[in-house]
Amino acid sequence: MIPGEITLGHYLALSGLLFLVGLTGVLLRRSLLIVMMSLELLLNAANLALVAASRFKGIPDPQVAVFFVITVAAAEVAVGLAILVAIFRLKKTTSAEDFAALKF
Amino acid sequence: MEQIFFWSLAAGILAASIAMVTLRNPVTNAVCLVVALVLQAALFVTLGATFLAAVQVIVYAGAVMVLFLFVIMLLDVKAEARRPIPWPKVGAVVLGAVAVVLGIPRLVAAFPSAREPLRWSGQAVSFGAKDLGMLLFSSYAPLFLATGVLLLVATIGVVVLCRRDPSS
Repeated sequence: MIPGEITLGHYLALSGLLFLVGLTGVLLRRSLLIVMMSLELLLNAANLALVAASRFKGIPDPQVAVFFVITVAAAEVAVGLAILVAIFRLKKTTSAEDFAALKF
Repeated sequence: MEQIFFWSLAAGILAASIAMVTLRNPVTNAVCLVVALVLQAALFVTLGATFLAAVQVIVYAGAVMVLFLFVIMLLDVKAEARRPIPWPKVGAVVLGAVAVVLGIPRLVAAFPSAREPLRWSGQAVSFGAKDLGMLLFSSYAPLFLATGVLLLVATIGVVVLCRRDPSS
């Protein structure tokens, strides 16, 4: 049906495209919740590249790195959402445009 | 078979993630992200990372997404209002997309071995919970302990951040 075997390059390309989509979300969206979901997408793109590399080299070490990335991402989401809730209490909004107090 | 899996999963992940970035209703965004993460877990299985696939579903599609949905419900986030499309930023993103699409084949071409197929069966290797556990508790044990501290600090931090000021 589709010619050619799946190579490491295919996985890296998919990872790069996913990273790009996530980066678009981080740069263009204004809702902080969506920005944080896009951040998750960025981390997942990196995870995909690591797992493909693990398969390619036949070593489990990159998968351990993915394990740590997932852990750090979970901690990041928890702290980020807590900050979001605290900020929402203060300003009653989750749009990034309303949080310009630290803007230089 | 392998190709069908890869292409359909890749298309699904890309479609779900693009939908996540473009749609406006926060709950729809969260559901799209869950779909993308679960499909990626399936991709992990085809790559022989069964344990990570399970962790991906449990931690991401389970815990993290429940957290997101919980906050969406808690804050009663409304769909984002339409606003004029920021063309300079969109242009920058399109340029970046072109750079990535042009750059990846060159990057892969620089490593001839990267063109060899990643075989599903044959000499294919699969790492399960045992292999990762052995590594995690031997060479990566200090990092593992640091992760424990990180999670503890994050938990305490979240409780402190979300606590209402008792004086007010």
